[in-house]
Amino acid sequence: MIFSLSTAAVASQSRTLATERLELWEQTFYRLSDALQGECRAGEHFTLSLVAEDSQFTRMNRARVRQSGQVVDGAVKLTWIANQRTCYRDLPFTGNWAEDWAAVKPALNDLRQEIDQLPEDPFIVLPQRVAGSKGKSRAVYRGNLLDRDRAIAELLGPVQGLDFVGIYAAGLSVRAQSDSAGQRHWFATESFTLDYSLFDLKGQAVKGTFADRTWDSVAYKANVARAQQQLQLMDRPVKAVSKGQYRTYLAPAAMSELILMMSWSCTSEAAIRQGGSPMEQLRVGKRQLSPKFTLRENFSRGLVPQFNSDSEMAPDNLPLIEQGKIVNTTINGRTAQEYDVISNGASDSEDLRAAEVDAGDLAEADILKTLDTGLYLSNLHYLNWSDRPAGRITGMTRYACFWVEQGEIIAPINDLRFDDTLFNFWGDNLIALTQQQELVPAVDTYEHRDLGGTWTPGALIEDFTYTL
Amino acid sequence: MLSTPRTTVRIEPQRMLQSIHASADWVGLRVVKTTETLRGVRDQKPKANGSQVRYGAMVEVLVDGQIGYGATVDLSTKGLQAAADAAILQAHAAAAWGLYPFTEQIRPVVKGNQITAPERALDSLSPKEINDLLIRICYTLKLSDQIIQTSATAIATQRETWFASSNGSDAYQSSASVVMDYEATAKEGLVTQRRGANGWFARAYQGGWEWLLTPQLWEEVQRTGEQAIELLTAPECPSDTRTLVLAPDQMMLQLHESVGHPLELDRILGDERNYAGGSFVQPKDFGHLTYGSPLMNVTFDPTVQGELASYGSDDTGVTARREHLVKDGVLQRGLGSVESQLRSGLPGVANARACSWNRPPIDRMANINLEPGETSFKDMISKIEKGVFMQANSSWSIDDQRYKFQFGCEYAQLIENGEITQTVRNPNYRSTTSDFWQSLSQVGDRSTWEMFGTPVCGKGEPNQIIWVGHASPVCAFDNIEVFGGGE
Repeated sequence: MIFSLSTAAVASQSRTLATERLELWEQTFYRLSDALQGECRAGEHFTLSLVAEDSQFTRMNRARVRQSGQVVDGAVKLTWIANQRTCYRDLPFTGNWAEDWAAVKPALNDLRQEIDQLPEDPFIVLPQRVAGSKGKSRAVYRGNLLDRDRAIAELLGPVQGLDFVGIYAAGLSVRAQSDSAGQRHWFATESFTLDYSLFDLKGQAVKGTFADRTWDSVAYKANVARAQQQLQLMDRPVKAVSKGQYRTYLAPAAMSELILMMSWSCTSEAAIRQGGSPMEQLRVGKRQLSPKFTLRENFSRGLVPQFNSDSEMAPDNLPLIEQGKIVNTTINGRTAQEYDVISNGASDSEDLRAAEVDAGDLAEADILKTLDTGLYLSNLHYLNWSDRPAGRITGMTRYACFWVEQGEIIAPINDLRFDDTLFNFWGDNLIALTQQQELVPAVDTYEHRDLGGTWTPGALIEDFTYTL
Repeated sequence: MLSTPRTTVRIEPQRMLQSIHASADWVGLRVVKTTETLRGVRDQKPKANGSQVRYGAMVEVLVDGQIGYGATVDLSTKGLQAAADAAILQAHAAAAWGLYPFTEQIRPVVKGNQITAPERALDSLSPKEINDLLIRICYTLKLSDQIIQTSATAIATQRETWFASSNGSDAYQSSASVVMDYEATAKEGLVTQRRGANGWFARAYQGGWEWLLTPQLWEEVQRTGEQAIELLTAPECPSDTRTLVLAPDQMMLQLHESVGHPLELDRILGDERNYAGGSFVQPKDFGHLTYGSPLMNVTFDPTVQGELASYGSDDTGVTARREHLVKDGVLQRGLGSVESQLRSGLPGVANARACSWNRPPIDRMANINLEPGETSFKDMISKIEKGVFMQANSSWSIDDQRYKFQFGCEYAQLIENGEITQTVRNPNYRSTTSDFWQSLSQVGDRSTWEMFGTPVCGKGEPNQIIWVGHASPVCAFDNIEVFGGGE
């Protein structure tokens, strides 16, 4: 068959298909769940998780297309529990009932054979409905995305003449959960993220992100225009800054990189108990953070699912560090069983899913004036613990980073390596947080498109330490 | 026994390709199926037991010089046709905006089967036997109450790839791989130290259980627990400049970050600038740049038996072969696929690799190895008046041009007047790529050479995690800034 439809007609069809696909996925997922329920014998339990997407990925370099394609992907994870033992199968999910059941049914037989060979697991979380909980939720956020046939022109038209590089990812994402206790949770969203950089002829660059559920061409052009303005500042001669300690402003995107480190065995209750987290120092009172610093999980913005893989619902708002003191940790059901604490619906890895740092009192207009002389960092790059128990983090400056003197941007800097502890930069050395928070969207696409992002203000830090 | 789950999917790439109708200059179909079985134990109790099966297809089409792709988990005729339609749509939409006009040349014809069979098959151990093994490792690591956590994980993966195309490709590759990781965390007061098996998930090989169940296993596990406790009372690594000796399990990270990534041609061409970054290496540097001391010889070698990223051809059909990247310290060629070679005019290698069916091939490392020299370990140490010998990576960070780096290790020993002396903890070092490799002063002989790998190298937009191998002898570097931990 010759490809005979016009690309516009295909694009229109694809929107209809997205609606049909969403309905089909939901029907098939719950039908699988019902069928598994029917298979359950006395003493057997299960959970079933779904991750699925229908996404466009367009990769761009020098305001041209490097690679472009579409991915329709889905996977269900069936976790079987019996006789105080558990194991799982994670399988492709097409949305076609016959095909999916043909994969899941033999997997169930395999699980039943395997499970008796395994040791007892004392910390199994049995599916159960929490008293007072409905055990069901359904959130579907439809968007108004660019048609797939015109997305490339819409993206690249306004940036011709610029050295524009990045990734546009857009489409339908689904997360769902069900279990043998009859709990059912469905989260679907149509959204896009555009993660890009603009480079000048000297190789200096600025970073931009643009994400939403509805594409807005005017807002996109304004976003690029702001990045262009910032890029003009990079045209000044680069100042080579020596290693040492400098007063530093961390813009929200830079702050978000540091906050993401809190997901890496930091706020996790299990990590604290098992010697992997610097937060132990807060818990035992050896250190404390600045009273200006409050970190919370805030699910009320609706960007990510509130349920976890045990169908537990996280609270709308969970303060973790409040005015410098640790008040909660992220706890999932398994950790709760092991340490006799109460779960707050955290993920399997007890990472942050809806991180938010409270705003402060520094007006945007006063950032440079209050910084006075020091470094203005737009972004950070490639962070890692250099001494995790001590809370020490190293990483690089990246993109639009400037030397500031007497409240005026003087010059872009050569990239610097920092190495400092969170007890310093969010502790005694935290001068102020800005009045405005920004959403720094999650743009990672490992295995599937991430959802949500980090809400954070900018931060002004005294004596941030640079080492190379 | 039941280590690998059954699946019902039937994969017949030629039939699948013929079922696709697409008006294009070239059509290709790459089907990938992986079965990854993971078993994990913490403190002698099971933590995870299960298998992940993934399969799907990517249809690529070439239209007016532009590749478009459609990838689908649905391997039915209808699903594949929908993927082909999506690929056509993307190729048409992108053709007027394409970065470089490609031809069929970028997808050469490849035929034949390459099947790498392990000595000890992945299903030769039952779930019970694997759990028993991991529990015993945890038990052996738990040498005292100072060990507050032990863990052990084993991952066995079977990977199959089919490739068929309108210009006659018909190829199949199958390989098995195994990964093992174990660690002990020791604690005294607020001092916490972690010691593992050659760094995080570094024991990664192509093959079967023969790579993990070695005669030395239990001796190594015992030593790991002992060293975790030893580190609790060891002094901090000194902060000064001295000769740095790196074991192969840290050299792998050093090679990966400061040789492998900066030589990727897609970074040099700018594709990665928005994510992983660019490179300090410029196109004019190939054939000329003195990358390191004359002792430095680095190869791209996807032909090493048992090394994690060995293969017969890459994911675009290019036959894999060994090439020198750096010879006698001079940069020879980059890590660039046929697409990158055409775009840059530079020599490259067969390294267009995709992490799975749902991501397009991009420039990747495969096995990047430092070739052995002629110095025995004893002779190397005897020549060092003031140094430190670091083992097993624990921390890694490098800038977006792959130039300024800071790396940390799990365990280190001082070298004083030609002898290894005191153990020190929290060892770190920092330098720049050029300065560091220029300071390479001694390269160990074959007896010091070891092979490791990592299953988790991240790169690309959309993001991809792929498996790479690294082998190296012990090496010494002069005048490197080293330092310890703490606040």
